[in-house]
Amino acid sequence: MITLDWLYILAGIAFSLFSLLSALDQANGKRFGNAAFWGLLAISFFFGGMLSDFANGILVLVLVGIAGIGWLGRSDPPTTSLEERLGLSEKFGNRLFLPALIIPITAFAGTILYNYTPIGDSGVFETRWVTLILLGLGVLIALIVCVAWLRPPLLAPIEEGRRLMDSIGWAAVLPQMLAALGAVFALAGVGDVIGGIAGGVIPDGNVFVAVLIFCLGMALFTMIMGNAFAAFPVMAAAIGIPFLVIEYGGNPAIIGAIGMLAGFCGTLMTPMAANFNIVPAALLELKSQYGVIRMQVATAIPLLACNILLIYFLAF
Amino acid sequence: MSEYLVLSGVLIVIVGFALRLNPLLVVTLAALATGLLGGLDFVAVISAFGAAFNDNRYISVVWIVLPVIGLLERYGLQQRARSLIEQIRSATMGRLLLLYLLFRQITAALGLTSVAGHAQTVRPLVAPMAEAAAEKTHGELEEDEREQVLGMSAATDNIGLFFGEDIFVAIASILLIQGVFQSYGYELTPLQLSVWAIPTAICAFIIHGSRLLWFDKRLGRSSGRAGQ
Repeated sequence: MITLDWLYILAGIAFSLFSLLSALDQANGKRFGNAAFWGLLAISFFFGGMLSDFANGILVLVLVGIAGIGWLGRSDPPTTSLEERLGLSEKFGNRLFLPALIIPITAFAGTILYNYTPIGDSGVFETRWVTLILLGLGVLIALIVCVAWLRPPLLAPIEEGRRLMDSIGWAAVLPQMLAALGAVFALAGVGDVIGGIAGGVIPDGNVFVAVLIFCLGMALFTMIMGNAFAAFPVMAAAIGIPFLVIEYGGNPAIIGAIGMLAGFCGTLMTPMAANFNIVPAALLELKSQYGVIRMQVATAIPLLACNILLIYFLAF
Repeated sequence: MSEYLVLSGVLIVIVGFALRLNPLLVVTLAALATGLLGGLDFVAVISAFGAAFNDNRYISVVWIVLPVIGLLERYGLQQRARSLIEQIRSATMGRLLLLYLLFRQITAALGLTSVAGHAQTVRPLVAPMAEAAAEKTHGELEEDEREQVLGMSAATDNIGLFFGEDIFVAIASILLIQGVFQSYGYELTPLQLSVWAIPTAICAFIIHGSRLLWFDKRLGRSSGRAGQ
């Protein structure tokens, strides 16, 4: 069976090659910092499952150290110039889209086929990760097609991948770090304390205010944790179930479903949701790391208001 | 009062982000402080942090698309995306992003959340297309306007994903809601929950969609140049 571990090996190979080429890149003054950073990530992908928790923790601290001291630089491997790219895009035309589309189409068609035809019974893929595994498969197919068609220099895929990776830099592991922070928060009981505070401000008998505090609490708590999944169990236990469902007789399905979506409005407004808000800013090379959040706030706030009204009018 | 001490990690995060310190350092300090104040010893905190980092590797696995995207960019993919949009007469930035919003909401509602994303579609295709479409109608963009167009492209991807995915019955958040309510004795089916994601999905489409069209109109007006 093809599992998530296969993807980790693929990622491990990619990061090892990024690391190796970084180390050999004499044009980058911080080449050894880059090599160490991507190399440690490669180790994490290859061996993370075998290392002890403490060893993984030390690995993370070293990663943070490298980035924190400023040893991570941005490389600029030789590539085509803008003029050359314009010429090449004329030459290859719209066919250039095809390899780019192989990845989403493999993931899309593959998931549909796997879930809705007997292929799924074969058990080739680990069910929980089908789309992600197919994404990886799509990458491999697209890579083979590109190499066969465009005939790039041997190292070009890795050099170009490394260029993009370096433009993202430490932000590439921030989402994973924040997920780890969330786990520590949960272990230390941060959620329960926040839930206690939120539950404590609920006034008696006013359904609308209770809904308001539930939804605002979901959004705010999600902004703190970067993740509505951490906020939901706590806010449901503090307000959603005891007050909205039991005391005021609200419909649990509506309160649950829309309450979670109120949390998603918070996700749009916080740097803690790094993979959605900080990483794309790096990926698009925006000047402000908050450039994406800035464009989302004006959607998130009215949508949060809609969610409050939806719960109030639909659930009671 | 002492129970509120564990909230100091939250404070560290807020202050750290506000001061624009390196986020990796901020997050690590917050984790150490929270764990220690929460009564764990040093080794236990590091172990918990390392274990969770390891369990969440799947988040970073998406970077394997970069070699393909980078390779295609080397051969002019972004330039091709731009010239394709320039050729389509009726294409404007607002309409383009609106269409992408719809596409992202529908595919996410079918459970296909990894089909598109910032690395796979926004950087190589959507953002350059949106920029080209904006320049077609409004002329050369100022630096801040360009940032806004790119930021809006990424924002549209997020909003489409978030307010589409919960319509799919087997997504993690639906299962979490179901699990939490089950532990309090409420049996809800995933379908019962996912239908209630539809009203918000419609609101999200209307709100963000109108913002996209409005943003497109406003863009040229601010400096009163080009386009006419």
